[in-house]
Parts: sequence; C-alpha cells; structure tokens
Amino acid sequence: MEEKIKARIMDSRKIKRAIHRMTTEIIERNRNLKNLVIVGIRTRGIYLGKRISRLIKELEKIDIPVGVLDITLYRDDFSELEAQHIVKKTEINFSVTKKDVLLVDDVLFTGRTIRAAMDSLIDLGRPKTIQLLVLIDRGHRELPIRADYVGKFLPTSKREVVQVQLKEIDKSDEVLITEPPGMK
Amino acid sequence: MAFKHKHLLGIQTLTSSEIMTVLDTAESFFEISTRAVKKVPTLRGKTIINLFFEPSTRTRSSFELAAKRLSADIVNFNQQTSSTVKGETFKDTILNLDAMNPDAIIIRHSCSGVPQFATTFCQTHIINAGDGAHEHPTQALLDAFTIRQEKKNFKDLKVLIVGDILHSRVARSNIFLLQKLEVRIVLVGPPSLLPLEFKKFGVDLDFNLDRAIEGADVVMMLRIQLERQERNYFPSIREYRNLYSLTEKRFRRAKKNAIIMHPGPINRGVEISADMADSAKSVILKQVENGIAVRMAVLYLLLGGKEREAID
Repeated sequence: MEEKIKARIMDSRKIKRAIHRMTTEIIERNRNLKNLVIVGIRTRGIYLGKRISRLIKELEKIDIPVGVLDITLYRDDFSELEAQHIVKKTEINFSVTKKDVLLVDDVLFTGRTIRAAMDSLIDLGRPKTIQLLVLIDRGHRELPIRADYVGKFLPTSKREVVQVQLKEIDKSDEVLITEPPGMK
Repeated sequence: MAFKHKHLLGIQTLTSSEIMTVLDTAESFFEISTRAVKKVPTLRGKTIINLFFEPSTRTRSSFELAAKRLSADIVNFNQQTSSTVKGETFKDTILNLDAMNPDAIIIRHSCSGVPQFATTFCQTHIINAGDGAHEHPTQALLDAFTIRQEKKNFKDLKVLIVGDILHSRVARSNIFLLQKLEVRIVLVGPPSLLPLEFKKFGVDLDFNLDRAIEGADVVMMLRIQLERQERNYFPSIREYRNLYSLTEKRFRRAKKNAIIMHPGPINRGVEISADMADSAKSVILKQVENGIAVRMAVLYLLLGGKEREAID
C-alpha cells in the first residue's frame, strides 16, 4: 500500500522564500560571517546547507564551507533497531574549533538527531557556537532543544510523517504531510 | 543491504554483497581513526573478549583498538597467564568466559574449526581471528579493502598469492573472497607447499614465480613459517629465496602499477627483500591501518541492532 498524502505544505517557491529569509537572518546575526561554517546532517540537511552557502556567496561574496555529518554512530537507540543502519561517511574537511557552526537539518522533531549531531561535532573539535537551522519544526520535542532559524512551524500529530523533498535528490522541491499505510 | 550473520567464522559463508557491505561500512569508519578524538560512542556498554591461544601483535591489537574506538570495553585473555596452564580445557575456559555475559568473543586458535565449535555451546557472538590452516576472515576483508582502495574496483585483476599456501589460513580466506568477486587468482609456491588439491577451488597454480608474476596487478606474499622449517618442506632458505623471494628484478615483470601486499609478520630477506617491503609499491602498512576500520565495521555489523537468530 502507498502512503497517503494528506497535505502539501510548501512548494518550491515557498521553500525558496523560507531559505532566503533564514539566510538574511543568519547574515544579520553573525557579524563575523567569515567565522561561519555550515554542517549539513545527512541526507537533506546537506543540500539545504549548500543552498544557504550559495546564497550567502551571492549576497555577501563570502565563501562558507559546507561539511557533511552522519549521525548513525551517535544514535541513542542503537541496540533497539531491527537491523543496523547503514553508516555513511562524515566529511568535514575543515576544523570546527573556534568556529560558529551552523547545523542544518530538514525536519526538527524529537530533537534526538540534533543531540547526536552536537555530540558528534564536539568530538571533532570545540566550536565557538553551534546554531541550528531547520526547514520544518513539527513539534513533539523529547529533549530541551530549539532551533535558531526555522523555515516553518508545522503543528502535526505524532503518527503523521513530514517529508521534505529537494530536487537535488528527489523529483521536486516540496514539503508533504503523509500518513503511513495501515493507520487511520 | 543488511548483514544478518550472528558470527563471523569465515569468508566461505558470506555472499559477495555481504562482503561489499563490510567494505562499504569500513569506508565510513576509516575517517574516525584520522580524527583528533578517535572514538565514537556506538558500542558503549558492550563487552568484548579477545581470546588468543596463539601469539599475535597485529590482529590482537587491531581488534582491541577497533573495539576501543567504538567505545566497547575489551578484555585481553593471555593463554600463558590463564587457567589453561593449570589444565582447564578449552571448552571450560570458553564456557566460563561466556558466563560473564560478554557481547562478543574473538578467538584465535592453532586448531582449525575452534571458533565454529565454540558457537555450539556459547550464547554470544563469535569472531574468528584465525583458526589453524582454515580461515582468517578479517585479514581477507582488510586485504580486499586495501585492493579496492588502490585499484578502485576488482574488475579484470590478476592477484598472485605466493609462498606457503599449504599452511596459510590467509591464503584460504583470500581465495574464497576474491573468487566471490570473480578475481583471477594464481597461487605460487614450491610443490611441497602448494598442494594440487587447490585446483578444486578453480584457481591457477604455478611453481614458477618468474613466469606467474608476468602481468600481475597484486602480488601478495605470505610469510615463510620458519618454525616449520625443521620438517623440510624445501631444501634450504637460500634455495627458497632464490626461487620465490620478491626482489626488485622479479617485481619488474608485474604490471607497472602493481602493488605488494603481505599479511605480516614479514621475514625481511626471505620471502621479500627489504627494499621491496619498504618500496613505494608496498601497501603492507596500509593493510595494517585499514585493518582497524575493517574490524570496526565487523564489530558494528555483528553487534548492531537487536539480537537475531543465527544463520551461520
């Protein structure tokens, strides 16, 4: 059975506007923009991070490096998973020590991914600050974590699934709310 | 694709896609050993026992570092200082260690089949770190990882395995693995150390190294086990060296970008000349470095996820 699409929340124009607004917020808040580095959380955080880096280059003519973080090894549910998660590479080719690190992910939900990402970052060095950017904040936090930049707040029920699709790896840019099959 | 085995006893029971899963996973673990903080919390709270009934530096410390870099706790068992010297049997030793609820036991033993035997009465995951002349699966996996790193893929490769094939578990595991990946293998050695039965595996045999090395992509040298020399498998070390030692002159016959491998420990000036062992074509120390990433991958794949039914 196919999962059911309940609502289309954002299309490519809305996503573009949200990224643009968040990027100006980043520029406004980080006076020393040259000290900023971006770390995208696999998989869609990488592409959001790259779009933001490109936009900063356009607006401010500053190159912001983008790294890739895989948080599989830092998960807290490691021994409860049915099978091992495929571990993919972490590729951060710059030092994060004394940097302002902008952590980027597509959806903020329980906060556990961000907890894992922060632990992983701190093992790589000692950032000056860590800021968090997410495209969607869907609520239901289980840890005391909040984002500094949010594309859209989206109240959801726990059984719904929020899907962010980006054209770098998906068909198009959109944000959907779906419900897994077998649920009413 | 997931890795569903409970134990790692040998390469023979793995499929080629499971082998690729281990290599791909190892690829991701490689970077951890290059960090300032060489540790991830993945196996925190897991206990692993290193049970070595034979001497080893590389394999034992490689497993130990692999476990530690995944935050597992590891206990090293040393046969000389254990109760086996008081006459405790092998089975009782393992049963007692198993009763301490470890999450994995890594076993090396001079008898073939010991790790397999341990799975019949142990609850925990068993990893074979070399059993007699049978298998040494993690060595073959790290060799494959190194070959892929150097050659990008396994297509159309000619791999030479040279030396004491008869006693070598490394050779057997490598034969099983490379065959699953459809690599052409040529075994080379003196007739007394290269039984014709190996033809059954579908590999080529050659007693003449100068001829066989022609066009090779990978030359894997095996250690001459000097401790067995009293049984006279060949007339003298000098004769062996003349016919089978990897020298610069011989290596020139291989492909231009060929690489030299050796599972260690090496006997400099016996199976390999010192300048070849240290040459730019030698990847011997890369094999050692890669061993940690590969063993991290093996521990991760065996101990990750919920307990599963054994399919070994």
